[in-house]
Amino acid sequence: MKFRFNMAASIRFLVRRMVRDYSRNINCSVSCQIVRSSCPLNLSACRCFSDNAENKTTHFGFETVPEGEKTERVYKVFESVAQKYDLMNDAMSLGVHRLWKDMLLHVMNPQPGMRLLDVAGGTGDISFRFLDYVRSQEERVARRVAQANQTPSWQEISTSYAAPGQEEVEPRRSRAIVCDINKEMLKVGQQKADRMGLTSGLSWVVGNAEELPFDDDQFDVYTVAFGIRNVTHIDLALQEAFRVLKPGGRFICLEFSKVANPLLSQLYNAYSFQVIPVLGEVIAGDWKSYQYLVESIRKFPDQETFKGMIEDAGFFSVRYHNLTGGVVAIHSGFKLFRLLPPQRGDVPRPQSQPLP
Amino acid sequence: MRASQWHQCLCHPGNAYTIWPPEAGHCPTPGGTQGPLHQLVCVRQQHSHVDSSDSQYDRLYPGHIPTNPIQKVLLAVGSGVAALQNPYRHDMVAVLGETTGHQALTALRDRMKGDPEGCTVLTERPRIRLSTLDLSKMASLPDKSFGREYLRFLEENRVTPDSRADVKFVDNEELAYVMQRYREVHDLLHTLLGMPTNLLGEVAVKWFEAVQTGLPMCFLGAVLGPLRLSSSRLGPLVTSLGPWAVRNGRQARCVLSIFYERRWEQSLENLRQELNIEPPPLTVMATIQKAPSQS
Repeated sequence: MKFRFNMAASIRFLVRRMVRDYSRNINCSVSCQIVRSSCPLNLSACRCFSDNAENKTTHFGFETVPEGEKTERVYKVFESVAQKYDLMNDAMSLGVHRLWKDMLLHVMNPQPGMRLLDVAGGTGDISFRFLDYVRSQEERVARRVAQANQTPSWQEISTSYAAPGQEEVEPRRSRAIVCDINKEMLKVGQQKADRMGLTSGLSWVVGNAEELPFDDDQFDVYTVAFGIRNVTHIDLALQEAFRVLKPGGRFICLEFSKVANPLLSQLYNAYSFQVIPVLGEVIAGDWKSYQYLVESIRKFPDQETFKGMIEDAGFFSVRYHNLTGGVVAIHSGFKLFRLLPPQRGDVPRPQSQPLP
Repeated sequence: MRASQWHQCLCHPGNAYTIWPPEAGHCPTPGGTQGPLHQLVCVRQQHSHVDSSDSQYDRLYPGHIPTNPIQKVLLAVGSGVAALQNPYRHDMVAVLGETTGHQALTALRDRMKGDPEGCTVLTERPRIRLSTLDLSKMASLPDKSFGREYLRFLEENRVTPDSRADVKFVDNEELAYVMQRYREVHDLLHTLLGMPTNLLGEVAVKWFEAVQTGLPMCFLGAVLGPLRLSSSRLGPLVTSLGPWAVRNGRQARCVLSIFYERRWEQSLENLRQELNIEPPPLTVMATIQKAPSQS
């Protein structure tokens, strides 16, 4: 594994973080004051504060909407699709999404004792797989230990005599936390967990990927599966991911991406735009949400651009694996060390100047 | 073309029904003084519900989703399968009707245009909703009047005119209105034909509608509905109700051409005669079936 030491990237990250913190303070005060209505009369009253939030627009599928509106509209989309979400995933991908998620776990290769944060985890697919994987690892280890114990050596017998009351040290339990901004999706996930009988080691938290309700340096693995393209500010979500991961922690993202092969791309587009909204209408009674879904896939950056964004957030050794010809890509990066906050008196150096 | 909002028509303060969609000068009035006020109402309503001007939806009418022919075929097949699997999915029945009914709707629209009252309906575009019906006034009408019998039908069968799905996949706004009108007139047809909302009544009305409108969805319902009927009900359907429905479907005036909202006070018998509809040969009750009553 090549160790990439990129000074420019870490400096760039520091500068970005300062600018982000500064503008976030402005945005917080602005968003409290802006009345979220499309009526133009109200805006003139707070025109002096409005420039930052209201003038900035972003994409909602192929539509252009003010930034403040996107989160709400995405919320409404997932609120309405939550009940049929899993059924629609199976119908749209013909069950292949299960293989993609299995591949994600295979790349992750979690070990017992790891803590997972599954952001935009919604109905819990990744977390359930994580717990199953870790449990089967634990069982395998326990089986090996049991086999070894069947023919103990005379040293082991004497040690067990020497400390008769000693309990085995309890191995650290694996935990999975499912975090999602949408309560409906979490509800559906909880019902699924109850049906599957998965209760221990699983938590459900409502939270925004751009502002996670967790302390720094908490998790071994951060995953986001088919969720990051719905976030309004992807860079903020990446920075939050960096913050909550422990040093040595891994960021893994499973997301729709660009198909390179032109023939496959045409077929994929035709299928996406002709069939998927129809399936949405027939199965879920909701054309518009699934039209948004296929459009939002087209608006998401391609593999290399997203890799650059992850590097900008401070991750190292960022790489991606394409699945199904690029329909889906798994991006992965590592947090190697905690970045120090800028000290007093430090001047942020622009990228082009060499370091003294 | 901006999507317009439903609004109260100020031209006819007496019978206030919503117009869809409003166009400048759509209602000629004797006084002609409400022009600027009318525009003001339109403008004010428009501003409150526009989310984004570059939306691909709602271009021809509120709720419109544009689809290409491939999508229409897929929708027709998908909704047909879904409706067969679960007949309670009224939205799927609606989608099936919209995607397969283009020719029938065009023929219906032309038939309406050929009738002077139908022309008025097409221009004024009335809609039947609980908010526009004056229920207390209708309840005070004499028995056997059309309005009173319609209200009785709504109460006895526990239905409401607001449960009709909006039209989404018809790519012509006039035809979309014809489709919407067809859906809203369905309950009135039950009253005119004297059929309740149980399966037998619905099948009888479907046979009538299939002959009247020519919509493929009606034919599908007319063919598949009897398959689920018990044999005790299948007999009366085949021997008397069915032929009666078909005969009346052929000989009656186009039921979509009637401006029902102006005829609440008219007696039901009178209206039936005007439309050339015979009264039902059997009295079909919601639970039990009576012997044919000789009038």
